[in-house]
Amino acid sequence: MEFRKHFALLAVALGASVVSLSVAAVEPLKIGMILPMSGPFASYGKQIEHGARLYLQEHNNTFAGRKVELIVKDDTGVAPEISKRAAQELVVKDKVEILAGFGLTPSAFAVAPLATQAKTPMVVMNAASSSITTKSDYVLRVSHTLPQITAPIASWALKNNIKKVFTLVADYGPGHDAETQFKKTFTAGGGEIVGEVRTPVKSPDLAPFLQKIKDVKPDAVFLFLPPGEQTVGFIKGFAERGLAKAGIRIIATGDLTEEDQLDAMGDNALGIINSLQYSEVHNSPENKAYTAAYYKAYPKDRPNYMSVSGYDGMQLIAKTLEKTGGDANGAKFMAAAKGMAWVSPRGAISIDAETRDIVQTIYVRKVEKVGGKLQNVEFDQIANFKDPGKQ
Amino acid sequence: MTTLALQAGLAPVRRADHWRPAELVFWLLPVAAYFIFPDNLVLLTQIAITALFCLSLDLILGYAGIVSLGHAAFFGLGAYAAGLLAAHGFGDPLLGLGVAAVVAAALGFVTSLLVLRGADLTRLMVTLGVAMMLYELANKLTPITGGVDGLQGIEVLPLLGPFEFDLYGKTAFWYALAVLFVLFWVARRIVHSPFGLSLKGIRLNVGRMPALGTPVNARLAAVYTLGAAYAGIAGALLAQTTQFVALDVLSFNRSAELLLILVLGGSGSLYGALIGTIVFMSAHHLLSELNPQYWQFWLGALLVVIVLFARDGVMGGLRRIGARFGANGGTK
Amino acid sequence: MTVIFDGIASGMLLFLISVGLSVTLGLMNFVNLAHGAFAMLGGYIGVTLLNHAGVPFLAALPLAAVATALVGVLFERTLYRRLYGATHLDQVLFSIGLVFMSISTAHYFFGAQQQPLTLPDFLQGQINLPGLDIGIYRLFLVILGLAIAIGLQRMVSGTRFGAQLRASVDNPRAARGMGINVERIFTLTFALGTALAGLGGALGVEMLGLDPTFAVKYIVYFLIVVAVGGSGNIKGSLVASLILGIFDVAGKYYVPEIGAFVIYAVMVAMLIFRPQGLFGRAASR
Repeated sequence: MEFRKHFALLAVALGASVVSLSVAAVEPLKIGMILPMSGPFASYGKQIEHGARLYLQEHNNTFAGRKVELIVKDDTGVAPEISKRAAQELVVKDKVEILAGFGLTPSAFAVAPLATQAKTPMVVMNAASSSITTKSDYVLRVSHTLPQITAPIASWALKNNIKKVFTLVADYGPGHDAETQFKKTFTAGGGEIVGEVRTPVKSPDLAPFLQKIKDVKPDAVFLFLPPGEQTVGFIKGFAERGLAKAGIRIIATGDLTEEDQLDAMGDNALGIINSLQYSEVHNSPENKAYTAAYYKAYPKDRPNYMSVSGYDGMQLIAKTLEKTGGDANGAKFMAAAKGMAWVSPRGAISIDAETRDIVQTIYVRKVEKVGGKLQNVEFDQIANFKDPGKQ
Repeated sequence: MTTLALQAGLAPVRRADHWRPAELVFWLLPVAAYFIFPDNLVLLTQIAITALFCLSLDLILGYAGIVSLGHAAFFGLGAYAAGLLAAHGFGDPLLGLGVAAVVAAALGFVTSLLVLRGADLTRLMVTLGVAMMLYELANKLTPITGGVDGLQGIEVLPLLGPFEFDLYGKTAFWYALAVLFVLFWVARRIVHSPFGLSLKGIRLNVGRMPALGTPVNARLAAVYTLGAAYAGIAGALLAQTTQFVALDVLSFNRSAELLLILVLGGSGSLYGALIGTIVFMSAHHLLSELNPQYWQFWLGALLVVIVLFARDGVMGGLRRIGARFGANGGTK
Repeated sequence: MTVIFDGIASGMLLFLISVGLSVTLGLMNFVNLAHGAFAMLGGYIGVTLLNHAGVPFLAALPLAAVATALVGVLFERTLYRRLYGATHLDQVLFSIGLVFMSISTAHYFFGAQQQPLTLPDFLQGQINLPGLDIGIYRLFLVILGLAIAIGLQRMVSGTRFGAQLRASVDNPRAARGMGINVERIFTLTFALGTALAGLGGALGVEMLGLDPTFAVKYIVYFLIVVAVGGSGNIKGSLVASLILGIFDVAGKYYVPEIGAFVIYAVMVAMLIFRPQGLFGRAASR
C-alpha cells in the first residue's frame, strides 16, 4: 500500500518533469502590460490585471505549451511619456513579445508608433477612442470604443418615447466624442436635443448644471462624465434636486454605472438606463463561472467590464498562439488574430478582420437591486455591433 | 577705478567661473550611463529633459527667488509648439526647439508683468493660475491640440539629416544630452556673469539693489523670460523624443513635481537641479518597478527622510559633508 | 436666486475644507500641504464609522474630527515640530512626502474606488420656496460653516489662547520669556487645524467624493482660498471662499463654455489687486 503510493507519486513527478522539459524547450512567453496602477485611475489597472491574472491562473500560466510571464508596469494614468518609456523598456530590455493593457487613450496613442517600429502586437484593454486601432497595424482591441457603447443608448431612447434630451458631457475629448455620437444617432432618428452643456473636467460642484437641466425639463439627460466623484456627485444631486421626481430620466453609457462605482452611488442610481458590453449579472454559463472564479480570487472587489477586458485580452492571446503554434512573431500573430471569434463572459465576441477592433453585443441595462446588490440588469441588446465611429 | 583694480576685484568671480574637475567627472556620468544601461535610454533621455526643465526653474527660483507653481505652462507651450510644427510638416527637431523657445519666452515675458507683483504666496498662486488657464485653454482647443487624447501625427525628421530617432532611443539620448549640456553651459556662464550676480543680490536683499543702480524689475523680467525659454525647449525635447503631446504637459502635477525635484536637489545651485532630477526620477523608476501599485508610499518616505536629515536638499547635504571633511565642497 | 444660494453653499464647502489649512499655514506659518491628507483621513474615518460601525452621521462628524486631530498631534509631536524652523520649501517637500505616503496607504486599505456615503433622511432633499430651491445638506453646510467661522474668529482674536498663539508665532522667544508654553500652544493649534481638516473631509465626501487621490485633488482649491483670503485671516478665508464659490457657480450656469476658467481668473484678478500673501510675512522673519 505504502509502496504503491510512493510509486504513484514518483510516476507523477516523472511525468511532470517530462512535461516541464518539453515546455522548457520553448522560450517562455513574456507579455508586458502597461496599466495605471497608481493615481486617479488605479482601479482600472487593478481590474484589468485581475482579469488577466485570472485567465492565466485558469490556464496554468501556459498558452500553447509556452509558459507565460506577465510583467506589469505602472504608467500612473495620463502620462504618455511614461507609457512610452515603459513600452520601450518592455520591448528592448525585457524582450516582451506582446504588449497589452492601456487604460487610457493617450497612453495607447503614445505607444502605437512603437508597436509598429518593433513589430510587436499590442492588445488594447480599455482605451476607448475610436481611432486607436488605425494608429498602428499591430493594434488589437478587446474592450470597446466610445461610439460603440454610445449609439445603442441613443437608439434605445428613440424607440422608447424619449423625444427631448439634454446632453451633459465632460468638456474633454471623450466627452466630445460621446456627445457627437449621441447627437448623430439621436437626431438621425428624429429625436430633439433641447440643451447641451459641456462641464469643466475639474468641477467639484455640478449644482449649476443640474439647475439648468431642471429649468429646461427634458424627457431625459444623456450623461457622460469621467468615472469618479463627478458621476457620483451628479447622481446624488439629481436625486436631491428632485429631478427624478419631475419625470426626467438619466440615460448614459454603461461605464458610468459599472460595478466598481455603483456602490458609491447608492440607491440614487436605481433606474438609470445605460448601455455597455458587460454586466456582472449577464446570464450565461460562461459569466457564472467567471464571476464565481473572480470572487474566489478577489473577494474584496466586484468583477466589471474592465476585468473582463483583461480576461479576454489574455484569451485572445492564448487562442491566437494556439493557431500559430506558439509563435508570437508580429506578422504571424496579427494574421492569426484577425477574425478570431470566441465566447467571452460578456457573450460571443470577435475581432473584426478589417479594423482589428472588437465586434460585440451591446446590452441596454437598467440599474436594479438584485439580491440586495445594485446591478445592471440587461433587458435589450444590439447584437454583433461594430464600432460606428469608423463608418 | 582702474581696469587693473576692477580685475583684481572680480578675481573671486572669475575663479568661480572655472570648471572644476568634479564637474568634468559629473558630465562623464551620462556617457558612462549610456554604456552601463543601454536598455534604459528612454529613461535616461527623460531624466536629461526633466533636468533641463528643472534647471529652468532653478534659474528663476534659485537665482532670482521667484517661486512658481506653474512652470509647466512654459514646458507645455514649448511641447505643443514643437508638436504642432512637427504635426504640420515642419519636423526638423532644431527648428522645433527654436520656435518653442521663442514662443515660451514670449509668454514668459508677458506673464512676468503679473508675476513681479506681490510676495511669494501671491506669485505661487498667480503662476499656478496662469498655468491652469493655459491647461483649460489647451483642453478647449481640442480640435487643434487633441485635448486629453493627445496631439497626433507628430513626425519628427531625422536629426541634422542622418540621425533618425530609433527604437532604442540612442539618437534621442544624445540629442537631449547635448541640448542639456549646451544650455547648462550657457546658464553657468549667465549665473557667474554680472547679470547673474545682480540676480543673487536681488534675492538676498531686494531693498538694497536699486541703490546700487540695478533695475530690479527689468532684471527679474529678463531672467523669468529666460527661464521660460529654457522650459519651452525642455517641453519641445519631450514632444520630439516621445513623438506625442498630451494635456498633462501643462498639468499642475508637473509644475508641483518640478518644484519638488528642485527643492529635493537644492535650489540655487545648478547642479542641485540636475542631481535632484537624477535622484527623484531614478527613485520613481526603481520603486515603481518594484511595486507598481504602492511605490508612492516609498517615494514619499524618501522625501520625508531627506527633509529630516538633509536640509536644503541633496546639495545642502553634500555641501555639509564636504565641509565636514574640509574638502572643497562648494560646487556652485 | 437658486444659483446664488448654490454659489454660497459651494463657497462654504470650499471654506470648510480649507479653513484647517488657514489655521496651520496662516496662524502657524507652516506650509502644510498634507492638509488634504488629513482631510482625506477624516473622510475615511467618517465613512468607515458610518458604513461599518453604524454610527449616525451627526455623531460621525465630530468623531472624525477628533480622531484626525489625534493623528495630527501624533505627527506634530514626532515629525512636524522638527521643521518649524525650516524654510517653506523644505516644509513643502516634507508635507508632499506625507501626501504621497497617505495616498498609497489609503489605496492599500480602502482600494482605489469611490467610497459610498448615504446621508440621513433629514439632510436629504430640498426645501422648495417660490423661485428658490434650497438643498437641505447645502443649508446644513452654510450654517455649520458660519458657526465655525465665527467661533474661530472669536477664539483667535478674543481669547487668551488666541493671544498666546499670535504671540508664539510672531516671536516664539519673547513668548517663551513671557511664560507661554509655546510648544503646547503649537501642538494645540496643529490639533485644531487637523481637526478642522478632518471635519471638512468628512463633510466634503457627499459632494466631492472620496478616493485615495483626494489628498492632492483639492490642493489647488485649498491654496486658492488661503492665498486670496490672506494670511491667517479666518474672515478673509470665508469671504474669499464665498466670492470664489458664487463666481464659480454663476460662471458655470450662465457661461458654461468658459466655466473652467472662472475660478482661476477670479483668483489671479484678486491677487493682482490685493497681493498680500503669507510668504511675504515669512521673508521678513
